[in-house]
Amino acid sequence: MMLSGWGRYPRLDTRLEAPRGEEALRALLADPLIARGNGRAYGDAAIGAPLTAQMRSFNRMIAFDATSGQLVAEAGVQLAEIISAFLPRGFFPLVTPGTKFVTLGGAIAADVHGKNHHKDGSFAACLDWIDVMGPDGVVTRCSRDENADLFAWTVGGMGLTGVILRAALRLRRVESAWIRQTLLPAANIDEAMDLFERNDAATYSVAWIDCLSRGAGLGRSLVMLGEHATRAELDLKRAASPFDIGRRPSLAVPFDAPSGLLNSLSVRAFNEAYYWKGRSGAGESYVNWDSYFYPLDALLNWNRIYGRNGFAQFQCVLPLESSARGMRALLEMISNAGAGSFLAVLKRFGAQESRFSFPMLGYTLALDFPVNARMLTLMDRLDRIVLEHGGRFYLAKDSRMSAATLAASDPRAQAFRDLRQSQSLTGRFRSAQSERLAL
Amino acid sequence: MTQGPVLIIGAASDIGRATAHAFAAKGHAIQLAARNSARLAADQTDIAVRYGVSVTLHDCDALATESHAGFVDSLPELPQIAVCVVGVLGDQAQNERDIQAAVAVMRANYEGPASLLAVLANRFERRGTGTLVGISSVAGIRGRASNYVYGSAKAGFTAFLSGLRNRLAKKGVHVVTVLPGFVNTQMTAGMDLPAKLTAEPQEVGEAIARAVAKGRNIIYVRPIWQIIMLIIRHIPEAVFKKLSL
Repeated sequence: MMLSGWGRYPRLDTRLEAPRGEEALRALLADPLIARGNGRAYGDAAIGAPLTAQMRSFNRMIAFDATSGQLVAEAGVQLAEIISAFLPRGFFPLVTPGTKFVTLGGAIAADVHGKNHHKDGSFAACLDWIDVMGPDGVVTRCSRDENADLFAWTVGGMGLTGVILRAALRLRRVESAWIRQTLLPAANIDEAMDLFERNDAATYSVAWIDCLSRGAGLGRSLVMLGEHATRAELDLKRAASPFDIGRRPSLAVPFDAPSGLLNSLSVRAFNEAYYWKGRSGAGESYVNWDSYFYPLDALLNWNRIYGRNGFAQFQCVLPLESSARGMRALLEMISNAGAGSFLAVLKRFGAQESRFSFPMLGYTLALDFPVNARMLTLMDRLDRIVLEHGGRFYLAKDSRMSAATLAASDPRAQAFRDLRQSQSLTGRFRSAQSERLAL
Repeated sequence: MTQGPVLIIGAASDIGRATAHAFAAKGHAIQLAARNSARLAADQTDIAVRYGVSVTLHDCDALATESHAGFVDSLPELPQIAVCVVGVLGDQAQNERDIQAAVAVMRANYEGPASLLAVLANRFERRGTGTLVGISSVAGIRGRASNYVYGSAKAGFTAFLSGLRNRLAKKGVHVVTVLPGFVNTQMTAGMDLPAKLTAEPQEVGEAIARAVAKGRNIIYVRPIWQIIMLIIRHIPEAVFKKLSL
């Protein structure tokens, strides 16, 4: 059947199986496969070549220790389920990406990051151990102490070391479901980066960036800082039931939008309004966890707003020392092209040691573009700027980069390829992305 | 808040499991019943970890009707709500050749579920409270060549539920009939079902919990099925018999 990632590009043919239980999964290992969680990777990372193992039925929680906050759960459990089970008891994921509809297995495979990367690190930081089914069908528990190599390569390994079956992760204690948000306008990219540097102590920080503004306003942004609100700082009504945020309405995008809906004009108008609204509303406010961490989740199927051809995400990270120059170069290229990205996010990363994970000390920029020839050419040009500045790319978002670009951006790719060959993983675990990138 | 226990018979099925989750989320203790219930240990833990409610496992064989009274006696507590999800789709072509296979489908979809709810109905009637939920099928509304063995047993079960509801209406016991339409489960795995007509098990579970809370009598999970069945009901037999549905 034809399958795509969240960006709905590319659509590729694959055999989709939904094994129920380990035995059924083991039986599938005859063909090269990749595990798929909830399909939230944007590109082709969870499209098997030729077989895709849908892990939806591996979704049981196994144990929870309220003293340590450690949850043991199967890989198909989504963060949304973890939040609904444990936020009422005062726990929240230590690290969360921008959607709560990601599975544990997907979060580990992509070693996802959140708005607190500079402080708490990537998803790996909350993991105590992982169970992985290897090419021979044997399940191995790995952690920092036990089978440490397997652990290190599996976190961020895009499912290419085996099928992640279950994991133990630590949740963070919180006193409420509210975030104290501080909104800081930045007139351009330099101001934005300066705000990130000065607010390094904030738990959460992220910036919405207007990638169409030019000249002195290049990269104007709204920097959003956040802290988990304590019960004491809430007003009386909220403090009485600090984990209750009421019902949050969700809307669905009922059909594919015409592909020209998001053009530079409509995005420019939106950005203008959003920036000035943000500027006038600058300062502190209390925002519930769902709106703060997952604003797009409220718009179900928002991936349809780009129309039937889908869209491609572009997310890179640049080392700290070249970030200022590199971000300028990227933003100039984008604004000159008049390429409106509906979602554009800038974020400071902290240092991270890892075998193959995406984050590193520096700045990350995430954008999305409708898929068409002009945008694909633009993204190739952006690739080159990233390479010139020593940056690299996020595989959970990627749907179109070349194997040569990956090799040039990340010397670790060769080590990963060697490992896969030496451990007979190459013929067993294979996605359309790993084929494209020659992993 | 602790709520009275909910018994799920046929808890190994996708709809059974989803229904258990839906009630546990509202704070009910859960009794999971199935053949060889020990295999539900992972579900037992899962539900207990997620919702912090007590979950117990009970062996129950829907076809062993003589064991049903003993099964209900063995429960730690008479449930407040009992949901019967027992059923098998069977293979119509096989049922036409092999009459014993057809009889097995009839027993699993009518005799077994009706017997279980009959035993529970008497206990609930004596107590004067409780809700019984039977998962029947839209296939029971009109027999079709493609699945009339299954459909006829479900028709019997639907009539049984309707009679039970009528009998117990003044006794403080409520009966809910659920006609789910297509559901994306193990039972329908590999079938090419139209997406708009096909509910997820979770939707069915939540619809059941809602129907119980609101005291509904008959529910279709996706409203479109009500319209489809209205049409199917009203096709004249002379026309209907020539259709392939």
